Amino acid sequence: MTRRKWTEQTLVYLVLVAGSAFSLLPLVWLLRSALMDMGQIFEMPPVWIPNPIRFSNFSEALTTLPFGRYFVNTIIIVALTIAGVVITCSVSAYSFARMKWRGRDLMFGLLLSSMMLPYAVTLIPSFVGWSKIGLTNSIVPLVAPAWFGGGAFNIFLMRQFFMSIPRDLDEAAYVDGASHWRIFISVIVPLTKPALIVVGLFTFLGSWNDFLGPLVYLNSESKYTLALGLQQFKGMYAAEWHLMMAAATVVLAPAIIVFFIGQKYFVEGITLTGIKG
Amino acid sequence: MSVISTETQRNIGPKRRKAFKNDLNGILFASPAIIGFLLFTLGPMIYSFYVSFTDFSGTNVPSFIGLDNYERMFSGKDQYFYKSLGVTIYFVVLSVPTAIIYSFLIALLLNRDVRGKAVFRTIFYLPSIVPIIAISFIWLWLLNPDLGLANEMLQSLGLPTSQWIFGEKSVIPSLAMMNLWTTGGTMIIFLAGLQDIPRQLYEAIEMDGGSRLAKLRHITVPMMTPTIFFNLIMGIINGFQIFSQAYVMTNGGPNNASLFYVFYLYREAFQFSRMGSASAIAWVLFAIIMALTIIIFKTSRKWVYYEGEGTR
Repeated sequence: MTRRKWTEQTLVYLVLVAGSAFSLLPLVWLLRSALMDMGQIFEMPPVWIPNPIRFSNFSEALTTLPFGRYFVNTIIIVALTIAGVVITCSVSAYSFARMKWRGRDLMFGLLLSSMMLPYAVTLIPSFVGWSKIGLTNSIVPLVAPAWFGGGAFNIFLMRQFFMSIPRDLDEAAYVDGASHWRIFISVIVPLTKPALIVVGLFTFLGSWNDFLGPLVYLNSESKYTLALGLQQFKGMYAAEWHLMMAAATVVLAPAIIVFFIGQKYFVEGITLTGIKG
Repeated sequence: MSVISTETQRNIGPKRRKAFKNDLNGILFASPAIIGFLLFTLGPMIYSFYVSFTDFSGTNVPSFIGLDNYERMFSGKDQYFYKSLGVTIYFVVLSVPTAIIYSFLIALLLNRDVRGKAVFRTIFYLPSIVPIIAISFIWLWLLNPDLGLANEMLQSLGLPTSQWIFGEKSVIPSLAMMNLWTTGGTMIIFLAGLQDIPRQLYEAIEMDGGSRLAKLRHITVPMMTPTIFFNLIMGIINGFQIFSQAYVMTNGGPNNASLFYVFYLYREAFQFSRMGSASAIAWVLFAIIMALTIIIFKTSRKWVYYEGEGTR
């Protein structure tokens, strides 16, 4: 019996380690390739530890294209998106969670069902609309939607959090004559900081990782984001894998850093997503 | 939930005014979401529906052409419609079940008494935060037929190598494998679901002397069906919309073998300036996704366990 248990446990760890290798190997390979010179990267059998470690790949990759500018462009889009989502989605979600008005449930239902809508359906008309008012090739189409509720998913997430706050807290303030705005700012928001962080983190990743949006809307190089810059880089240095991997590492690094800083919130947030299933 | 009887307050003046003020206030707070919905969802939907019956190119004055755009797709006059639909369905059929089974298996194992659970969980989740452009770069390099690590490893094991994303037959399975790499989010949702299963249920089976397999079959899987259902629907919706990988890695090739549906739509709209046709393509995608979702919802009564309904 104990012997059987032991083999079983060994098997479990074997599968987990194999799966972990599948998860980690591509990332290790990325980093290893980013730190090698052209000669070493192609050596057979493959070399795992770069020798010497070539940090110059990064500077070389980053100076071939104006990545500094792309970085700033991306940061501006990401920051404006996060601010918009966090502010407008929490205000809207407060209304859906705590205020009573005719048509509220209908409106919320409509919002939720819009989550099923493929982005492909709204992509073209949105693009046409933005180009009619002359705002394509600017960051406005990428940022503006964030300032209008920030998407049904985030509103849903925030509403879930708000509903978990005991009503007595704001009811008491309401009886004392506080306005909804006051209650929202001084009672609800301080209690939902973790939720706001979750929404902010997911928005960061979504915006940082976005490829299709910038691809459709931005066409002058001076406005490119990192993702577009990388795509352009690929066209120019397709065979220089050490530089390609160095550039990819640079785009990946901020996402990883943010992930490790906010790890606990991530797990919480994803778990909450699944609850509605 | 919030049952307040507005009925009794209807005919009283000041109360009525208060209700009106409440409505106004509530709508004001929700206005970002309401305006956003009208501006970025409903408005575009209506416009796109209209455009799908026109010859709109993006710059001309659209003229009504009836069902021509749809006919062009379904009649096969546009050879890429069925091609891209087939490619995409193949990808969904391959990637969604494998992703669900793989992440369910990992979640099951992590739900046991294992050491380093948090570390494993982080490792499995990590790839899903990698930007799609970086994912594409990494796998382009790994799957390079001549110099990539994948073929190198196969070779050293004495196994046949593959053309991976550069082979007409192997490109979709390769992309499905890449998709498997980023299923960490699904795994975490499964793990959370598993942790919610009441312990007593297992104890009952243990008392009856049931095996591990019996527990899995009679408790774990049935109790997890709502989560499986959720992940299945999300997997299908997302699977049908795969685009960036193909755009960056294969450009739809080789020989259109990875011309995914949204890629086909993107080409129509932004390379061939056929906005009308592209809108029709988008609406057909919407119809397909809706139909599949409804079918799954309908059948879900047969296989999804809902708490409070009792066992079937």
